[in-house]
Amino acid sequence: MTETTIQEAADIVQIVDDRPTGVRAQLAEFWSYFSENRGAVMGLFFFIAVVLIAVFANFIAPHLPNQQFRDALLQPPFWQTGGDVKFLLGTDAIGRDMLSRLIYGSRYSLFIGCIVVSFSLVVGVILGLVAGFFRGRIDTFIMRIMDVVLAFPSLLLALVLVAILGPSLINAMIAIAIVQQPHYVRLTRAAVMSEMTKDYVVAARVIGVRALRLMFITILPNCMAPLIVQAALSFSTAILDAAALGFLGMGAQPPTPEWGTMLAEAREFILSAWWVVTFPGVAILTTVLAINLMGDGLRDALDPKLKRS
Amino acid sequence: MFLYLLKKLGVILPTFFGVTLVAFVFIRMLPGDPVLLMAGERGMSEERHTELMAKFGFDKPILVQYGYYLKQLAGGNFGTSIITRKPVLDEFITLFPATAELSLFAMIIAVFFGLPAGMIAATRRGSTFDHTVMTGALVGYSMPIFWWGLLLIIFFSGILGWTPVSGRISYLYYFEPVTGFMLIDSLLSGQEGAFSSAISHLILPAIVLGTIPLAVIARQTRSAMLEVLSEDYVRTARAKGLGPQRVIGLHALRNALIPVITVIGLQVGVLFAGAILTETIFSWPGIGKWMVDSIFRRDYSAVQGGLLLIAAIVMLVNLAVDLLYGLINPQIRHTD
Repeated sequence: MTETTIQEAADIVQIVDDRPTGVRAQLAEFWSYFSENRGAVMGLFFFIAVVLIAVFANFIAPHLPNQQFRDALLQPPFWQTGGDVKFLLGTDAIGRDMLSRLIYGSRYSLFIGCIVVSFSLVVGVILGLVAGFFRGRIDTFIMRIMDVVLAFPSLLLALVLVAILGPSLINAMIAIAIVQQPHYVRLTRAAVMSEMTKDYVVAARVIGVRALRLMFITILPNCMAPLIVQAALSFSTAILDAAALGFLGMGAQPPTPEWGTMLAEAREFILSAWWVVTFPGVAILTTVLAINLMGDGLRDALDPKLKRS
Repeated sequence: MFLYLLKKLGVILPTFFGVTLVAFVFIRMLPGDPVLLMAGERGMSEERHTELMAKFGFDKPILVQYGYYLKQLAGGNFGTSIITRKPVLDEFITLFPATAELSLFAMIIAVFFGLPAGMIAATRRGSTFDHTVMTGALVGYSMPIFWWGLLLIIFFSGILGWTPVSGRISYLYYFEPVTGFMLIDSLLSGQEGAFSSAISHLILPAIVLGTIPLAVIARQTRSAMLEVLSEDYVRTARAKGLGPQRVIGLHALRNALIPVITVIGLQVGVLFAGAILTETIFSWPGIGKWMVDSIFRRDYSAVQGGLLLIAAIVMLVNLAVDLLYGLINPQIRHTD
């Protein structure tokens, strides 16, 4: 076949199929599916708002997170008697402004989500690729290890890991990332195994593409959809688990304004000062809810095979 | 079916050895050696240390030690608590009924509300009821349950004064445990008011623990039901002129329940994780609180034993669910 005939063939294809292609078109298609789901769009906007709040915390927060106002201990929110507009959501037991602590706390939650997801995603994808691509003994070995990790209730294993490593935010993130690992490995492996039998992979093999390129460039991009959905869902799980560890005293340590840790400090005032208990939980719940809404929308948009329900 | 069981066991046995390995390695990853850990804050002399290291076999090669550990486990010895000096297994067995009762009650709440909610939502797809259930389920699924527990305490114990804040039963009542289930024991004791006291202690923790399973079950039932409702045999049943109740109740529900049962079984791990938080908030004297307390008391042999026992229970329940699944859905045991 000569150069010109290939060109002609390409031209014909061009004429037949004049749909826009490329990243922009893909994004447009994605958005048209995603925006069908109103909840998902709401979740997305809320999430963007949280990100902005976290980034600009210095400018938005009325006070510093650890600044103590000794003359305003456990002051209620401004709309209650005894409240003050200086502290919109009241103050905690040692006179720190609740609103400012919540605003700064968003940084920790997002940071935790990002680190945990990227760590478990990268390692999980590599392990899953290796397992699904090579099969055989290495596959059995990796999957057995993942089975062992999954045999423990996730929070319990994370708790024990933190007990070994010592309680801190970093160690809590490491523990949560390890606990979430198996889900990525399983998903990637399953996706890789179903792609492996397809013609384009066989074709690539036949023309002699090497293993690494085959794994990461040929196969992996076609396995991304379930992984992106899982990433969104595990982002919210990471925030919840980190808050739970903080609440148990095994995550971020006081005076860090992490939401779970704030709840732990507030526990003894549960019957006397409702606001120190209520607001950090509202912050966790709304953030996690927004991310889960987004995750549902992502699943609908990225996986048209799933029945829309 | 027997082959299927063997196949499942072939997967679960290596996993169980892996779990014992994790429990074994756990105590050796802690700073200091096991004897120093047992001595606790007091510390001990050099000679006594060497003597004890030899006595417990900690001076032997690590593989020999692991073999020794497995032998212990086979004999039902899950270690001795450093703090109470009681066998870990005994403590576990004493506390387990409290967690079992709480989890069972939580699961009953979750199934009792989740199943019908998901079913009705599916049959009235797109209705206000459907939207409400799905929104509620997503909120429940996103709930930080430790905070949810605190909120319920504020409302029902603080403002309304209806329920107690902690424990399993009021101090006014005392009786020897027979089954370990407070609801049953309080009835057996014949003491007036004991049962209602036990119920009022149980209800809030059970709601808290049941929240996430409830949300998961509602979502799963709905989507399983939607899938089944579009199947040919449902259309056939409708075409035959069967009433909607018979179609949904008999033909659709039975098939929709298959994936739902799996999901219910898989919630056992979730329940244990939730029990850690729930029991801590409500001072519920069960396994979850015991694990957290043991970690804080640095009672590492209790943590080691508890970790292993909990993983074993989760694995056994998952195996049971797998078998049940194979039993009700022949497709599963004949494929793969």
